[in-house]
Amino acid sequence: MIEGILIGLKTALSFQNLMMVMIGCFAGTIIGMLPGLGPMTAIALMIPITYGFDPATGLILMAGVYYGAVFGGSTSSILINAPGVPGTVATSFDGYPMAQQGKAGKALAIAAYSSFAGGTISAIFLLIAAPSLSKVSLSFRSPDYFGLMILGLTAVAAFSSKGNFLKAMMMCVLGLMLASVGQDTLSDIPRFTFNNMNLSDGISFVLVVMATFAMSEALTIIIKGNDPSKAAKQISLTDLGSIKVSKEETKQMAVTIPRSSILGFIIGVLPGAGATIASFLAYGMERNFVKSAEKEKFGKGSVQGLSAPETANNAACSGSFVPLLTLGIPGSGTTAVMLGALLGFGIQPGPRLYETNPEIFWSVIMSMYIGMVVLLILNLPLIPYIARILAVPRTFLIPMILFFSVTGIYLMSFNNFDIFLMIGIAVIATILRLYDFPMPPLILAFVLGGLMEENLRRSLLISDGSWSFLWNRPLTLCIMITIVLILIWQIYNSYFKKGNSRV
Amino acid sequence: MKINSVKIISLLFFVLSAFYLYTAHQIQVFAFDEGAPFNAKTFPIYLGYAGMFFSGLKIVLPDQKPVEVDPTYLEFKKTILLVLTMVVYGATILKVGFFLSTSLFLVFSYYFLGERRWKFILIFSFPFVAIFMYLLHGVLAVYLRDPLLKYIGIMG
Repeated sequence: MIEGILIGLKTALSFQNLMMVMIGCFAGTIIGMLPGLGPMTAIALMIPITYGFDPATGLILMAGVYYGAVFGGSTSSILINAPGVPGTVATSFDGYPMAQQGKAGKALAIAAYSSFAGGTISAIFLLIAAPSLSKVSLSFRSPDYFGLMILGLTAVAAFSSKGNFLKAMMMCVLGLMLASVGQDTLSDIPRFTFNNMNLSDGISFVLVVMATFAMSEALTIIIKGNDPSKAAKQISLTDLGSIKVSKEETKQMAVTIPRSSILGFIIGVLPGAGATIASFLAYGMERNFVKSAEKEKFGKGSVQGLSAPETANNAACSGSFVPLLTLGIPGSGTTAVMLGALLGFGIQPGPRLYETNPEIFWSVIMSMYIGMVVLLILNLPLIPYIARILAVPRTFLIPMILFFSVTGIYLMSFNNFDIFLMIGIAVIATILRLYDFPMPPLILAFVLGGLMEENLRRSLLISDGSWSFLWNRPLTLCIMITIVLILIWQIYNSYFKKGNSRV
Repeated sequence: MKINSVKIISLLFFVLSAFYLYTAHQIQVFAFDEGAPFNAKTFPIYLGYAGMFFSGLKIVLPDQKPVEVDPTYLEFKKTILLVLTMVVYGATILKVGFFLSTSLFLVFSYYFLGERRWKFILIFSFPFVAIFMYLLHGVLAVYLRDPLLKYIGIMG
């Protein structure tokens, strides 16, 4: 492992990669800060750029963008009570009241220190857990992988749907349908191409991500008439107050950070859960742990109330890399985008990544840590300046997002058809968003579609067409039971729970 | 059962899934693959059934959280104008070239969204695109097709 860490450090600390971490954190902070635009949009906008780099550099850039976007989301939560990402909603509960009390600088500093500590602790967990899990997952077979992918999709649908489980499952199916367009990987038989040559290679992953996130988020802001810059005009973005944290506050944070880090990491590892659930759980847990006098301060500017969700959401970000790096199965929409980008580089993440591409495996882990340091020493002092981005009016912001989306696709294919297809998917995605159809399950399904079909093919061929492979191995059986339990729980919760029932 | 927009979307998804299933059955597989446990149409057929199953459930079961979208609060005009601008941009980018089509796309988008400060509109269109093109074409060596600039003699 020491050798791996050194390889990772060597790669991550090269001048080019250090620059990428810095650019990634900076760009991610700016994009993540804009309400409505989250890490997935930030990463999606970066993908066309990363294809010009080697895989390690590209991934390092995306990891930096991911962390930067989460940090940026916290900033808009604290300053204007408009979380840039769902994972930072809980941050606004105590961060915004602190800002209203004239302690915006302090709130941002507490958020930054907590994020740093949470990210650092979970990066250490990742360092220990990932190689061990990689070894265990080498014993996994095709039926297990097929089961795990269904589990991932079901869990993401269950957790990201906010009570709209059936809508999320429809989005999963839509994602798998989009992934099936193009030539069959084994037989080269065209499927759903309708004799259109532009579709014979399938629909590009970048196109789908750009359309369903960057472009449709921009169109949603327009159609709903939201203007993120309005809230920013009501506060001073240049005078945020001192960023010094007192000894007493540091002591309070020192108690909160370890337990929130552990909780955040564990929740992050679970498929589908992610930063949002981690931050809410950590906030709730912290409120139960603190003394009753401190409990009264929750929601009014509590240091621990701000520190807990910030620590947990960053820890969950690191945790979500565990299933991606060890199993090759992303547990969240954001890591699904990263898997898609990895596949674009010709790299298949999974247990063998640890052996075949150790420099990628370790450099990503090490760059996460470096990203934390960059966020702390570079972004925190620059916040009063970066925060001015919140005041950029949507009349300039939206066209820029659309421009980067269209240009990103144009530079990859030099093809009008792809641009039209992207606009079409973005319009449909915007309508679906208006009616609360979640997009992360669609992306996850789109990325997993090919792998899922491949593993189902192998499993069915080995079992001679029998579906008994789903219960023949104890591991597959356990996974299938978990899936059934999630389905029953979701349907029970949605339609039969007391007070919820309308049937 | 109350008909609302979500039910209509679900119905459309049901029809899409049925069409997808029909098309999946039409996929021509090799003769030796017809009776195989798995061929090119196996997975799509299951997907078609899954799509019909979930959308069918959504149509039949009552809505737990009905989504109310009041169309009077939606800015359709701006959105449609912006989408049309993108379509025109997509249609002209190859023929007219990157520089002019992108700059005009930005100018029209800013204007349609309500921006009237021409100084900023012009700064964040033509010069912005020129700098962007220089970074891509000149620094990163990413090829950008631009017949107009080539005709004028600015690009090689």
